Amino acid sequence: MAESDLAAGGEGMGDDDKAPASLAIILLVSVLVVATCGLIYELLAGTLASYLLGDSVTQFSTVIGSYLFAMGVGSWLSRHVRGDEIGVFVRVEVMIAALGGWSAAGLFMLFPLVGDFRVVLYALVLAIGVLVGLEIPLLIRILRHRFAFRELVSNVLTYDYVGALIASLLFPLVLVPWLGMIRTGFVFGLANVAVALALLFALRRQRRIGADMAAALVVAASLLVGLAMADRMQRWSEVAFYGEPVIHARSTPYQRIVITRRGEDLRLYLNGNLQFSTRDEYRYHEALVWPVLGRVADPAQVLILGGGDGLAAREVLRDPRVRHVTLVDLDPEMTHLFRDTPQLASLNNHSLSSPRITVHNADAFRWVREAQGQYDAVIVDFPDPTEFSLGKLYTETFYREVSRLLAPEGVMTVQSTSPLIAPRSYWTVASTLEAAGLSSRGYHAYVPSFGEWGFTLAAHRPLTDAVSLPHGLRFLTASSERAMFDFPPDMARRPTPVNRLDNQALVRSFAEEWGKYEG
Amino acid sequence: MLGGCGEAAIAGKLGGADWQRGHLLRDRRFPAPQGPIEEIDVLIAGGGAAGLAAGWRLAEAGFDRFALFEMEDLTGGNARSGRNAVSAYPLGAHYLPVPNREATALRHMLRQFGMMTGEQEGVPVYDPYQLCADLEERLLWRGRWQEGLYPTSGVTAADRDQRAAFDRRMDAYRKAVGADGRPAFAIPMAYSSIDPIFRALDGVSFAKWLDDEGFTSPVLRAYLRYCCRDDYGSEAEHVSAWAGIHYFAGRRGWATQGDGDRELTWPEGNGRLVSLMAQRIRPHLRPAHSVFHVERDGDGALVDLFDHTARRSRRLRAKAVIMAMPHFVAARVAPQFAAEGAMSYAPWVVANVTVGRHPEGKGVSLAWDNVSTASEALGYVVATHQSEANDGGPTVLTWYLPLSKESPAEARKILMTRPLREWQTMVREDLLAMNPDLDGVIERIDVWRWGHAMIRPTPGFLSDPARLGAVAAQPPVLFAHSDMSGLSLFEEAHHRGVCAAEAALSELDHPFESLA
Repeated sequence: MAESDLAAGGEGMGDDDKAPASLAIILLVSVLVVATCGLIYELLAGTLASYLLGDSVTQFSTVIGSYLFAMGVGSWLSRHVRGDEIGVFVRVEVMIAALGGWSAAGLFMLFPLVGDFRVVLYALVLAIGVLVGLEIPLLIRILRHRFAFRELVSNVLTYDYVGALIASLLFPLVLVPWLGMIRTGFVFGLANVAVALALLFALRRQRRIGADMAAALVVAASLLVGLAMADRMQRWSEVAFYGEPVIHARSTPYQRIVITRRGEDLRLYLNGNLQFSTRDEYRYHEALVWPVLGRVADPAQVLILGGGDGLAAREVLRDPRVRHVTLVDLDPEMTHLFRDTPQLASLNNHSLSSPRITVHNADAFRWVREAQGQYDAVIVDFPDPTEFSLGKLYTETFYREVSRLLAPEGVMTVQSTSPLIAPRSYWTVASTLEAAGLSSRGYHAYVPSFGEWGFTLAAHRPLTDAVSLPHGLRFLTASSERAMFDFPPDMARRPTPVNRLDNQALVRSFAEEWGKYEG
Repeated sequence: MLGGCGEAAIAGKLGGADWQRGHLLRDRRFPAPQGPIEEIDVLIAGGGAAGLAAGWRLAEAGFDRFALFEMEDLTGGNARSGRNAVSAYPLGAHYLPVPNREATALRHMLRQFGMMTGEQEGVPVYDPYQLCADLEERLLWRGRWQEGLYPTSGVTAADRDQRAAFDRRMDAYRKAVGADGRPAFAIPMAYSSIDPIFRALDGVSFAKWLDDEGFTSPVLRAYLRYCCRDDYGSEAEHVSAWAGIHYFAGRRGWATQGDGDRELTWPEGNGRLVSLMAQRIRPHLRPAHSVFHVERDGDGALVDLFDHTARRSRRLRAKAVIMAMPHFVAARVAPQFAAEGAMSYAPWVVANVTVGRHPEGKGVSLAWDNVSTASEALGYVVATHQSEANDGGPTVLTWYLPLSKESPAEARKILMTRPLREWQTMVREDLLAMNPDLDGVIERIDVWRWGHAMIRPTPGFLSDPARLGAVAAQPPVLFAHSDMSGLSLFEEAHHRGVCAAEAALSELDHPFESLA
């Protein structure tokens, strides 16, 4: 049986005596390359897993464990390779190139799409591991006639371990910082396929290489395309896009919640848009809350629309005059996350479990229509009007309902996007509040992670400069508060339409102005 | 996991106007009336939009000696609606355009129903929650959804020029006033000018008029075909040029803040309007009664009707009868008063598709009305467009198809014989061609067939003697139906109902202030 296999498989395989002398050198270099590549894929999978799933100790140890186990499976399987060892080796290289090369890009892009990411991750780790496990036994067998066994084992294992060292140094020091994970995958995929191509080239006279060559070239081409498009894929794959390790990612019926952390900097993204960074969120939330509370004589009842992260509520609850806060946020998973996760609840000082707060998980558009009662301060903190369903929450109709809930002496504020990047959108909020019968005053603050950010105060009566701020704020003082109301010419008020349910002028201008800015 | 189970049966029901009762009427197979003749002042025969409007008008005038008899178990006619766990949805039209200045009676009613909320310097203000929210329309054109219903990209300069020229012509017609001082095209159409310059347009088909005027751009013609089928259920070849132009030149919606060109819409569509009218006159409604014969009796009329619940016929004597039924039925029921005429009717299929999540697509986001250039159907309207937090969850899509290619008789045969499964497959395939993302999330498809969905405003309809006779009718037998306008629009039905009710009030010397 072995004989016939050899005969069938065998255009010049097995006995590489007939092969050119260069083959041995190529093969030894291959050991170095495949060892480097193999470890790189393992590191990529481990890093990606800890990046995407958090808990790096668990991720690394399970990924490395399964990878090594799969290599063992591959080594064991190598016994079933009979004849044409070089042919099989070449094909294994092409497959590793395809799987390993695309591994980082694929995992990033699949992450938001698949239900159980771990299944995909470990399937890929096992597949690559099995293939990598085949490499060394096959190489040893191919080279067995070239060297004495003593030499052979020594040579192969030496190159193998040197390759591992190269990989483990390159990966953290050069590859991740300079190439990024997606490009690293493609580059090393190309190295694998280069080994295959070099071997095929060396063997071109001994055997028919057409089909293998074609497969290798297709894989090489796909890796080159991938490499060229790495930037675009980075943008498509939402998680790679964040630039910081993701510690929590979840799709709810309403939005995609992603929390990232690098060092002390924790960030919340909703649908890819940054909501806060712990480095500077105090600037945003002090600017959102205190100009309102500081203008109300007795802010006993406070309404927060949006703000499911509880950070605005944290500021509000610092004010002892506040007897009760009503918070309306669409997404129960959001408010539960920020109430029940210790790390996140400590950011908002456990505001969402305060006895002074009532949380309603409801669509604010509907809630304000049905709500009764009077609020002394209203804080409107919705995501930017990137789509029609959010644009509704910035319309005249909506503000009319909010104005009905605002006490005669009450004051409200509205998060109103950047007056620098999107001045027309920013001032549309003021025009719309005025169309709803309120007086308005715009102000803005610099929040490094957002840039220049805008808010709009509104009330039934004219708004004055008089404000009383508590002591101990990190950002606002009486004089810095006053300065926020000053708009230089590039952000100055300009005529705008009123945003209405049936024109959604704001969604349109927002898309246009931010589109220009982001290019 | 297996994707999109194309072969599995989809849940759903096949529905439609009660054909058995309709055909009973056609074949006059009713028992003779029994018992004493009952007396009534005003009898309304038919509980669609026109009959309900007549009843509403009577009630508005404080007149309550009337009854409304409806053949079906529910009033509402073609404006009826359905409801499931996900949403209410229409079985017919989905919207009412903001009415013109001349539609005084309709505006009065919309104000009463809270749809118009007040006036600003004398100009009507409409409830923003009931005006169609942005995004109103999107069109699937060359694989991408774009805003509006007219392709904007990839069209030639000639297409664009023709479109602009067409718009200019329509704009001129919109502003045109006849020698009689009336607008050339009005809604209600009864207020249109009778100047022969404009009436002459009724002599040719819209298609012929377009050809003659050089409007031959295929992109423009495809759009105009869509419009003719949308409003009249017919091809441009079968529509009078007057009616074709009326679609574009008749609307001068009167409202503040540029809302004049908007629409009022509700999850259940015009079902909202008919159910509010029905509520207003609830004690007067007599559903499940077929009025099958009307004849003159001195100053009044004898009305024979069949009670489908008690399964017996009765006779009433009315001082005035308002025939609020399609004209082809009225001509059979009251042959003394109504001529047969040459009226024809477009059949429609309306499918309500319950989906587990919102449709998406490349290009602009989901709109209220979503149309594909590549489909024979008119697209779908999202029932929950007005009311929701956009959670992408379940909704109902109302899908419309006028059977305009076949002759109405052939099309009705198809309607009668095609089984539910075939309709469902057709609807599903059409929807998936527009929105492959709906594969696997279609939960049910309920199909509603309208054999006589809309009167067809064929060339010459303005001078149809049957139509003119119905318009000129005097008590005791009056007519109220959009057929009398030749345009199957809620505004027309309402206007005809109000006019007939006011004529009946005059006849009975009941004091009222005319709304018309």
